[in-house]
Amino acid sequence: MSERQRATGGMSQRSFPVRTLVPGRAHGPVLLCTSEIPGWGGIDPRTGNIVEVGHPQRGRSVAGTVLVMPGAKGSSGWSGQLHLAQLQDKAPAAIVTRRLNAKLALTLAVLRVPAVMDVPEEAYALLRDGCPATVADGALVIHDD
Amino acid sequence: MTGFGTGSLQLTDEERAMADGSDGEAVAAAMDLLVRYGEILGAERLVETDNVCGATIFGPRHSRVLGTSDPVALFSEFALNADHPVDVPPVRAHSCQLIGPRDRELWELQGLSEETNKEITVSEDYLASRGVSILSTCTPYQVGNVPARGEHCAWMESSAVPYINSVLGARTNTEGRESAAAAMLTGRIPYAGLHLPENRLATHLVRLDVPVESVFDWSVLGYFLGWHLRDEIPVIEGIAGPVDPVAIKQFGAAANSSGDVELYHIPGVTAEAASVEQALGGREPVDELRFTRADVDRVVEHLNSTATGDEIDFVMIGCPHAALSQVREVARLLEGRRIDPGVTFWVFTPSALREVARRNGWVEIIERAGGRVMADTCPAIGQFVPPGARRFATDSAKQVHYLPPIMGIEGRFGDTEACVRAALTGRWEA
Repeated sequence: MSERQRATGGMSQRSFPVRTLVPGRAHGPVLLCTSEIPGWGGIDPRTGNIVEVGHPQRGRSVAGTVLVMPGAKGSSGWSGQLHLAQLQDKAPAAIVTRRLNAKLALTLAVLRVPAVMDVPEEAYALLRDGCPATVADGALVIHDD
Repeated sequence: MTGFGTGSLQLTDEERAMADGSDGEAVAAAMDLLVRYGEILGAERLVETDNVCGATIFGPRHSRVLGTSDPVALFSEFALNADHPVDVPPVRAHSCQLIGPRDRELWELQGLSEETNKEITVSEDYLASRGVSILSTCTPYQVGNVPARGEHCAWMESSAVPYINSVLGARTNTEGRESAAAAMLTGRIPYAGLHLPENRLATHLVRLDVPVESVFDWSVLGYFLGWHLRDEIPVIEGIAGPVDPVAIKQFGAAANSSGDVELYHIPGVTAEAASVEQALGGREPVDELRFTRADVDRVVEHLNSTATGDEIDFVMIGCPHAALSQVREVARLLEGRRIDPGVTFWVFTPSALREVARRNGWVEIIERAGGRVMADTCPAIGQFVPPGARRFATDSAKQVHYLPPIMGIEGRFGDTEACVRAALTGRWEA
């Protein structure tokens, strides 16, 4: 058993301190977005799919994920579009962002899903697309499988 | 609001009373939203605003999801983020509706059913009854809402925001539907971001290795900057003399589509900086960008990347909504000519300008050639294209960015003349 597994009672996971934007706890598979996402015209609210032409994660759905992204870009329709997605059960379960701007802040206020930023680089290095993660108050927990 | 953000946001006595319900449930819901939003932004207070532009006309896309087309229920959920329908009083701030889902006159061209049209009319009339001006354009600054320099505004619309921040020197963040609606009802918006003078200084210096003169050049430069900047503020060096207002309109729209450029400085052109040094506030730029011939090629290639052929069956002009000079230019190019019968040709402009274009005979010239002049909406916002359209041409970097993913159509991007040529022949000639 590794030192880190011993520290977490056998479970293979690591917890990192982060800044909480919206409190709460949520768990889901990580969708690791390598480029900023537009909301309106970038995410289809009926499916949660990223649709922007040329986006590296085009075709992936944000629904139910711990959405890890550099930030929000583009149209002012971010909050309206994600609001529509949420009413159709296609919103992310939690949001982890590097950058916060007004359109993302408003989206978080409307969605009220747990959201964090200021994640340590060490945690980013461990984050893998599809790996399970938990956002909890003040912490990002990365699980191994 | 407990548990949200840092709790750092302080309300005045009047704002506290609004939050506590002094002006009714809708205003209380609006204040609650502003506090949640402001605390996430890290705002310490709200600021008064008397100029709000929002987007709160609803149609089937919203009513289907909510299960009702009742305008009060739709406004409560989608505009106020309230958990039950609330009575909405007349708006407190001067407020405008931005571009909407439908042309009030030519809705049949959009393929809307009579029922859908009626539903949208009910929503629009409800908004009007609350005192919101139904400008129905993405360019309010072209038709009667020109914010003053330094004025605190709460505007949505990714093309209008950089225009009023940069060209006019007004102050707004990119608001969304819910914050704009809340600002309409309370006359407040979080004092954060671009409302603070210290956040309005340039961070990036842009040098031009190629001349930037035409509307096309400016559109490409805008798209390029959006690619490379993320809510950072460019100052562009080396622009001499006045810039065509249409070019400036297309530039900001492109920059805030590929990216997140909400404010830019062009010494001698925009409102807040007479020199590069002043734009930077005496600091060194964080980084420098060079705009080269290779960048032009890359942007143009990307904006044409969805097209698999050269046949064109739809041409769209007027994103952001066309200026009168653009409508006149299109009429000049089409006068005495005939659009290919296999091509649908639509120009989009604010309804107030369509009225002027009618008086000038330009609408008639365009219609005689086989085109139509539409208002109040656009294909990307209204989510419509002509029946069977597969590949469209446009002179707008913004529309060609958005319409292919939204409508599953291919796109071609070029200047206005190239688009009109494609309309006349049914083919794109690069």
